This record gives sequence, C-alpha cells and structure tokens, in this order.
Amino acid sequence: MADILDVTQSLIQIVTTICIVVISISIVMLLYRTIKGPTNPDRAVSLDSIGVNLMGIAGLLAILLVTTKFNDVILLIGILLFIGTVALAKFLEKGVIIERDMD
Amino acid sequence: MLTSVLLPFIAALFIPLISKWKEKVHTGIFVTLIPLAVFIYFIQFIGAGFEPVTREYSWIPSMNMNILFHLDGLSLLFLLLISGIGTLVAFYSIYYLHTSEQLGQFYVFFLLFMGSMLGVVLSDNVYVLYTFWEFTSLSSFLLIGFWNHRERSRYGALKSMLITVFGGLSLLGGLIFMQVITGTASIQGMIEQQELILNHEYFPMILTFLLLGAFTKSAQFPFHIWLPDAMEAPTPVSAYLHSATMVKAGLFLIARFSPMLTGSEWFFLFVSGFGIITLCWGSYMAVRQTDLKAILAFSTISQLGMIMAMLGFGTDMAIFAAVFHILNHATFKGSLFMVAGIVDHETGTRDIRNLGGLMTFLPITATLAVIASFSMAGVPLPFLNGFYSKELFFDASIHFNEGAQGAVAIMQSILPYLAVIGSIFTFVYSMYFFFGTFRGESNMDKLPKKPHEAPIGMLVAPAVLVLGVIVIGLFPELINQPFISHAADSIKAGDIDKSISFWHGIKLPLIMSLAVLAFGTILALSRPKWQGVYRILPGKLSLNSFYDGTVKRTETYSTAITNGYMNGSLARYVRLIIGAIIIVTFSIMAITGSFTISNEDLSALTAPEIFIALTMVIAAVGTIITNNRIAAILILGVVGYGLAILFVLYRAPDLALTQLIIETVTVALFLLAFYHMPQLEKKTETKRKKSLNLTIAIGFGALMSMIGISAHSSKAFDSISDYFLKTSHSLGGGDNVVNVILVDMRGLDTVLEITVLGIAAFAIYGLVRLRRHKDEEG
Repeated sequence: MADILDVTQSLIQIVTTICIVVISISIVMLLYRTIKGPTNPDRAVSLDSIGVNLMGIAGLLAILLVTTKFNDVILLIGILLFIGTVALAKFLEKGVIIERDMD
Repeated sequence: MLTSVLLPFIAALFIPLISKWKEKVHTGIFVTLIPLAVFIYFIQFIGAGFEPVTREYSWIPSMNMNILFHLDGLSLLFLLLISGIGTLVAFYSIYYLHTSEQLGQFYVFFLLFMGSMLGVVLSDNVYVLYTFWEFTSLSSFLLIGFWNHRERSRYGALKSMLITVFGGLSLLGGLIFMQVITGTASIQGMIEQQELILNHEYFPMILTFLLLGAFTKSAQFPFHIWLPDAMEAPTPVSAYLHSATMVKAGLFLIARFSPMLTGSEWFFLFVSGFGIITLCWGSYMAVRQTDLKAILAFSTISQLGMIMAMLGFGTDMAIFAAVFHILNHATFKGSLFMVAGIVDHETGTRDIRNLGGLMTFLPITATLAVIASFSMAGVPLPFLNGFYSKELFFDASIHFNEGAQGAVAIMQSILPYLAVIGSIFTFVYSMYFFFGTFRGESNMDKLPKKPHEAPIGMLVAPAVLVLGVIVIGLFPELINQPFISHAADSIKAGDIDKSISFWHGIKLPLIMSLAVLAFGTILALSRPKWQGVYRILPGKLSLNSFYDGTVKRTETYSTAITNGYMNGSLARYVRLIIGAIIIVTFSIMAITGSFTISNEDLSALTAPEIFIALTMVIAAVGTIITNNRIAAILILGVVGYGLAILFVLYRAPDLALTQLIIETVTVALFLLAFYHMPQLEKKTETKRKKSLNLTIAIGFGALMSMIGISAHSSKAFDSISDYFLKTSHSLGGGDNVVNVILVDMRGLDTVLEITVLGIAAFAIYGLVRLRRHKDEEG
C-alpha cells in the first residue's frame, strides 16, 4: 500500500514537472509572439494566452507545493484576463475603454 | 546700565506714534532728549578715580550667554561720544529735516542705530557684541537708503551693507574661534588667556577674521569704498554714523582686543600697515573730490587710517594719541559735516566748483568751518586739538623700541615718511575744503538758492562741537586726567605718559609739523597745476570698478552656472540624481569595504524560478527596445504577470492576488492615457547621450544588485518573523499572517496607505474636474 502511494506521489511530481515545462515552452513561444507580433491584436491574443497558461502554471505549482491557497489566484487570473482582454479589444476597436455619456 | 542701552530701542517703539503729530511738534525734539539722558547718565562716571564697572544680565543662561557689560575707560569714551554727538545730531536734524520728510522712519532708524552702538561699546560678551555689531550695520543700511527713491542712495546702502556684513561675518568667525579656544565668551576673560590664543595654531585665522571685521567697518583700505557712497544719506546721518560713531566701531574693536593681540608682530604689521596706507590713500583721494561730503568722507577714511596705524604701533604714546585723536576727530569732523549740511541747505548745492566766497553770506558758519578744518589739518596753533594729536602721532611714529628685525624694522623706518606725506595731503584738502567754499570769488548765478545765514538752531550743534575743539585745544589736561587717560589705560595697562603740553621745544615732531605746513601750503596753492596726476594714479585702477565688476560678475556667473545645469529637462535632472546616488554609494561601499558575498544561506534554484526569471528578463528588454507604445505596455504586462507567478512560487498568495489586480488596472490605465498621447517616436538622441543613459542605468542596476547581495550576505540579527508566526493566531485571532500583520500588528501603516490612496483619488478627481472647469470658462 505504502509503495503504491509513493509511486503515485513520484508519478504526480514527474507529470506536474513535465506539464510545467511544456506550458513554459508555450509561454516562451507566446512571448515571442507578444514581442514580435506584427500587429497589436496579435499581441493582445498572445497576452491572453499567456494568461491562460499562467493559470495552468499556478494550478500545477499548487499541486507541486501541495497547497490550496492558490485557488484564489487561479480564479482571479481568469477574471482579470477576461476583463483585460475585453478592455484591450475595446481599445483596439474604438480607441477608448470607457465611453463618455453621449447626452 | 542696561536701561541706558535699551532706552533708545524702547523709544524707537514709540516714535511712530509720536511722529503722527510731526506737523505740530517736530519729532526730533523728543528724540534729542534720549541721547541727552544717556549722556547725563554716563558723564557721572567721569572722574580721576574711575574704576571699571561690570554688570551681568541674564539672557540665555543655559548656553552661558548673558548680557555682560563692561564699562571701562575706552567704553566710556565711546559712550560719551555716541550719546553726546547723538544729542547734537538729533538737535541739528530738527532744523535740517523738514516735517514733510518721513520723520518717523528716520528717527526709528536713528535710535536703533544709537542703541546698538551703545551696546557694541559696552558689551563684554562676544556674542552680544556681534549682535549689536550687526544691528549697527542694519540700521546704517536703513539710514543710508533713507531717501530710497534715489538710485544712488539704494546703491550706496547696498554697497555698505555687502561690505560691512561681509566683515561682520568674518568677525563672528574670529569670535567663535576665540570662544572655542579660551572656553569663555567674555572679552576680558579672553584677554586674561592671551598666551593661549597667541600660541594657538589658529591664531593667524583669528587675526585675519578680526582684522577683516574691523577694517570693513572702519573703512580701511581696500574696504573704504563704501564710505564715500554712504554720503547719499542725510547729512545728520553722515555726521553721526560716518564720521563719529559707526566707522569707529572697527577702531573700538581693535582697541578692545589689542591687549591680547599686541603680542604678535603680525598685528603691528597689518594694523599699522593698512592704517598708514589708508591714511595716505584717503588724504590723497580727498583732494580730488568736488563734493563737500565726498571730501569729508575721504578725510574720514584717512583719519581713521591714522588712528588705526597708531593702535597698531602699540607704544604707550601711540595708544594715548589714538584715543585722544578719536575724541578730537569726532569733534571736528562732526562739525565739518554739519557745516557741509548747512552750506548745502543754504545754497542748494554741495559741489565745491560752484561754491566760493560764502564767507560774507555765512559768517558764523565760516568761522566754525575755519576752526574745524584747521584743526583737521593739524595747523600748529595752540587752541586746536587736531594739532596735539597730530604731533603725538608724529612723535609716536618715530619712537619705536629699537632692536626690531626684518619686516618690522623696515616698516618702522618708513612709517614717519608716510605719516608726513599723508599729513601733507590732509593739510591740502583741509585748506581746499575751507578756501574753496568760503573764500575766493563768489559766483551767485551758479547757486540754486540765494545764500543767507543758517537759523540759529542749526548752528548750535556745530558750534558746540567747535567749542569742544577749542576747549580741548586750550585745556588738554582738563579732558586728559579724568577721561582720556582711563581710555588709554584700558587699552594698554601700565604707566603711560599722559601729559599733553603746549610746547615741546624744538624737536623732531614740531619740525615735521612745520614741514607739513610748508609743503602743504605750496601744494594747496599750486593745486590746479598738479591735478592731472589723478588721471595717472587712480586712473582706471579704481577700487569701485573692481567692486562693481565683482558684484556684476558674481551675478552673471551664478546665473550662468544655474542656467548651466537647470535647463528644465527632467531627463537631465534624473541623470544627475541617479548619477550622484551611484557615485556616492559606490564610493561609500568602496571606502568602508562593505561589499560582502556569502553563499551559506542560499536555497537551491528550481527550474520554474529560472524559467520565469528568464521570461521576465526577455520581456523587460523587449519593453525597452520596442517602438510601439501598446506593444510596450503589453510586454510590460508580461513582466507584471511574471512577478505574480514568482509570488506564487515563493508562497505569497496575497501578494500574487494584489499584484495581478494592480497589474491589470495599470495596464488599463496606461491604455486610457495612451489614447490622448502622441505616437511614440523613435528617440532622436545623440549617441553620447544614449551611451551615458546606458552607463547610468547599468551602473544603478549594478549598484542595487550589489546592495542586495551585500544586505543578504551580512545578516546581523535574526529576523522577527518567528514572533508573528507564533502569535498570529493567539494575539491577532487570524491564521493569515500577512493580513494579521497588515491590520493588527502594523495597522498604522495600513491606515496611512489608505490615506495615500484617498489623497491620490481626490487629486485625480480634482485635476480632472479643474481641467474641465477651465475648458468651460475658456
């Protein structure tokens, strides 16, 4: 029984590390897109994707560190990414984020 | 004694009230009573059995700084001069100043000056002395600039202020030195420790500072230039401040400290040297002047130089002659200024080229003038006091102790010749003053007014002074025994031969006097023929142009320097600030050798940390090199999110949460603001500037890294975080230690941070609203 638990634990660790590495690689590629990105919408989308990857990393790190304290962080990243991307999109579309009252 | 010094100050408070009735009663009448009262009080001290009196009044006892008054013969001489001539000048000013003038201001300044001058001569505490000293500078500044609508008055006031305050500050330096060395602030106490000061390594500085203070105040060469320009003051002021009292403050200072300083031969060289130069230069320049008051101003300079030289001699006879001449000079110079004021008042001009032949119109004034100016010239007549002091001066200049070496010996051998030369010119300008004004052809058409004799009241004050000239001249022993001898005693204790006799017999000093008379007459008669010499000697080498140039250059250079680095570019200021921080901190680290590296306390690096750090580095560099503004802010966002993940890695969930929100809001704010900004352009900075920026940035980064490493490597104490971890639940009632610290253990910080946010919010609201209101109005 104890052996199985040990094996499971090391398995989880190995898998998590592999996942972190893979996500990291994707973040680097996205970073390349953000810096290079021919247009600003490219950058916006890549930043959004970086955020999603960060959520993943945060989750994986929580597993690695064996804690539940980062669940808030993951949720918050989700909300902020949404808000941020909407704001960016609106900015790129209309040039302003908050429109003034037209009356 | 304190009352007598404070009386003028207190009276000055009430002058503005009294001056409201100036149309009915001239304010000067009240003012005259004050110096008179002081004079009557102090004259009681005169007597053969005079002994010094010391009084102490508490001022700042905790700093051992008390108002310490020391009344000895020297102080008494000055006190009587100040109060006596003050009375006469105040009386004279009643007739001189019309009630349409701003009498209130005039008499307030006047009384301020008198009170502070009394304080200067009575003070025994050096700091009290300095306080009163600066008061005299200030009130003199106000009095010179009394007619402040005139450009020349303002110029003269500024000039005298700059020079005398410069000297005053040096004096303060010297006084502080002496106080530190001797441990006492009392002058008498310092004199007792003479040896200590004379042998101290700071003695040259003390001497320099004291002499600077005395020379500037007493208008010695080359600081004499303020005195002729101070003649823009009303004539009573010139008579009082710039002949009898304030300009003698420097002499007083030298006399006061000479018991201490005479031990040094530098004292003799400097004081006598500058004094004799001043004597010659002042009398030489006086002949050139055309304005009556300017002649008198240069004459004052030269007479002060003569007294200064005698104080420097330091022999018994010289000291006695010096105090005697202080008294004599005050009498005849005060009356001459008043005569000049009368001439100005009655004819409307002071230009000696337009004056002449006034004797028939102003007979009384002319009589006063002839006695005073002959006394000034030292004409050998037995009823003139100037003759005695001049002869004593000659006598002193040839009687030195033998056996001096080097520079002192050279100085002693040339002194008599210089003294005679100076006196010849003194004779010339005195004759020029009198004969140019009162004799010769009268040219009425050039005078603005038809001249007539002055009112009696105006003549009283100069008449009293001229009476003093004659009384001292006829009965020198009358003044000598009870009065002058005490003054000389307090400068140089010992047996001073203090008798003055009418007839010495035919000796060298008398021959010198006769030579002065003979050469002076020749030069005075042939004056127009050699006037051209002035175009050669002062020529363009004027000290005034040097002063003006210095003032102007100081302004231009300081403007240039200020404009040189304050060009309004914020980038430059940041460069300067950061550069200064780098240089200072690096040098301090290098000097103290505080850069340490220790790796015993390091934790192992993990792959995620390295990866995130690399990402952030790449993003940060990307921010710098990008030219697209939105790209810049988005890449910056990557740095922020990377930081949040770092917080996660280091197990700081609260920080990570906050960092994420703040990062997002910041990005949004940047986007908000960017809409209103012009497109980011490629910076067109020169290569030099770019590399400079790069150097500074790299330097600062390196500095911060070094500090971080050092700080981590040198932990002096254990951290207190264990306490928080232990007591978070028991004391704060929470398991989130960060939050317990924020609101419980260190709640005050949080309150203030909240305040900061509130202020920022209000400020933004204010800025936005204010802008809009302006738009609406515009």
